[in-house]
Amino acid sequence: MKLANSLPVRNLKGKPVRTAVLLLLTTLLTLTVFGGTLMIISLKTGLHSLESRLGADIMVVPYEATTKSNLETIVLQGATGYFYMDNEKYQKIASCEGIGQISAQFFLASASSGCCSLSVQIIGFDPDTDFTITPWIKKSYAQNLQKFDIVVGNDLNAFVGDTLTFYGVDCHVAAKLDKTGTSFDTAVFTNSETIKALIQSSVDKNMNEFKNINPDAVVSCVLINVAEGYTVEEVLNDINIHVKKVKAIQTKDMISGVSDSLSGIADIISLLIAVVWIAGIIILLLAFTMSVNERKKEFAVLRMLGASQRKLAAMVMQEALLVCLLGSLLGIGLGLLILLPFNQLIEELLNLPFLLPSAGQMLTDTIAAVLVSVLSGGIAVSASAFRISRMDTALILRGEN
Amino acid sequence: MLLKAEKITKQFLRESRNTNQFCAVQETDFTLEAGSFAILTGRSGSGKSTFLHMLSGLMTPTSGRVLIQEKEIYSLSDKDLSAFRNQHIGVIPQGQSALYSLNVLENICLPYTLYHKNAHQEEALALMEQLEIAHLQAAYPSELSGGELRRMAIARAFLRKPELILADEPTSDLDDENTKIVFAFLQKAAREGAAVLAVTHETDVSQFADKVFCMKAGVLTEQNSL
Repeated sequence: MKLANSLPVRNLKGKPVRTAVLLLLTTLLTLTVFGGTLMIISLKTGLHSLESRLGADIMVVPYEATTKSNLETIVLQGATGYFYMDNEKYQKIASCEGIGQISAQFFLASASSGCCSLSVQIIGFDPDTDFTITPWIKKSYAQNLQKFDIVVGNDLNAFVGDTLTFYGVDCHVAAKLDKTGTSFDTAVFTNSETIKALIQSSVDKNMNEFKNINPDAVVSCVLINVAEGYTVEEVLNDINIHVKKVKAIQTKDMISGVSDSLSGIADIISLLIAVVWIAGIIILLLAFTMSVNERKKEFAVLRMLGASQRKLAAMVMQEALLVCLLGSLLGIGLGLLILLPFNQLIEELLNLPFLLPSAGQMLTDTIAAVLVSVLSGGIAVSASAFRISRMDTALILRGEN
Repeated sequence: MLLKAEKITKQFLRESRNTNQFCAVQETDFTLEAGSFAILTGRSGSGKSTFLHMLSGLMTPTSGRVLIQEKEIYSLSDKDLSAFRNQHIGVIPQGQSALYSLNVLENICLPYTLYHKNAHQEEALALMEQLEIAHLQAAYPSELSGGELRRMAIARAFLRKPELILADEPTSDLDDENTKIVFAFLQKAAREGAAVLAVTHETDVSQFADKVFCMKAGVLTEQNSL
């Protein structure tokens, strides 16, 4: 017998209102479980992406240029800003003990450009020493960047081959980066040679906050990985003690605020999932109990016609599982419809790194959500199925139960 | 001997006074041959329906045995007893017994579809013709009158050509014309070889039956033989 003509399907079709209510319940249950889980995973993926993009143990910035919160808004939240310190600081930091890898970065905020409605953060790196940005860029662009070549973040409205003009300097888009779910998606990356030319041009046009600086004599920040045998704290303290007017920050501390916010939101979502799941099971339990009570005569007739206890229980179970399966697919579809097109908006609203997981991870989440929903339906209906299988058919047929 | 009940009794606990046992059916022997039509009468609460349900395999007797085709039905597992009932016993219950999500033809074919067997629609339609409800095959139970619903239940009970037909007040709330149609149909089934037992309050239908029994306070007596 085809599924569409089977008795459980006919029963579901025959009571469209009852089926629709059950379907709505399971859809909402799955939407919450699936959507909530996907949000938590996306936030965690975004944080992981941010950690790997920062990719250094310590960041050293000029002391007067930033308080910690300002730095966070620039590095973590995509705000534009720039600050400089003498190159001499870089040399002093490099001579401190326990330095494994060290590289300087240069920041500049564009005034405006054809690609962007807002000014964008331009980050320059030294290709000879860089260990944070180059490995990431290599995934999108394997060659070395030439002078005036730039690589753009995934959210910028610019494509390979485009020319963007910053402070009157034409730059060629050599590559577009993969999505990271972090503030780096709205940044522009280039080598130190190019950014120095851009800084010089901004100074020449009197558009740089720092008047008369020599781009060849400054850096914005220094990124450090500590050498083996040293702890991050040791190196950080050494820099803070021996190099004046700089602030060495552990990158892990810098993202601790993000991590705490994410943890708070994840806890709230987890609680919401738990509450909705428990409430959903209780509501489904009541709904199935009411539905089965209302249909006692129907089940008694089926028993009279030769349905065994097991067959009746299986039929009730099949109806519930069919509803839950369909509801879970609808819930997942709805969840994807909300999360896929609006993930950018969610990222902006939460102000946290947000990166949808890989297709494989999403598939796993989908299967888990379907299983949770179907299992919930199974749990909710099991008591009713048991009761139906044990009912006194004769009394119900006589209308006495 | 198609149906044989040996010393069957049924006792219930009164829920309001759960130490007090109520005997619905006293120790009773009963037999029904293939091809015979028996009627069971009696006042409400006399134990008729309880007796019928014990014979149909739907209510386990407190004591005694029920044998159908020499098979002791209450010694079967639930699965086997259910399959046995599906194949060998046609039950027509009191009141309405339609599944409202199925149309009339689907309701009648239920004994087959329950066991995933191809529905014998031609046989169902032939039965519907005999019961004068063939024109209602696509209608839904909510669109039918009480008499039509009852005839639908009768067609359903007969679909698998069971050897035993047990009808519990098949004509209650039916008019005289419908009552006669139903009893004539049951009589015809008996003439064609089925063993038929009908519980009824009707007093003027004994003409259709071969035997008439009366139940009084759980005691069964044979009234006459036609």
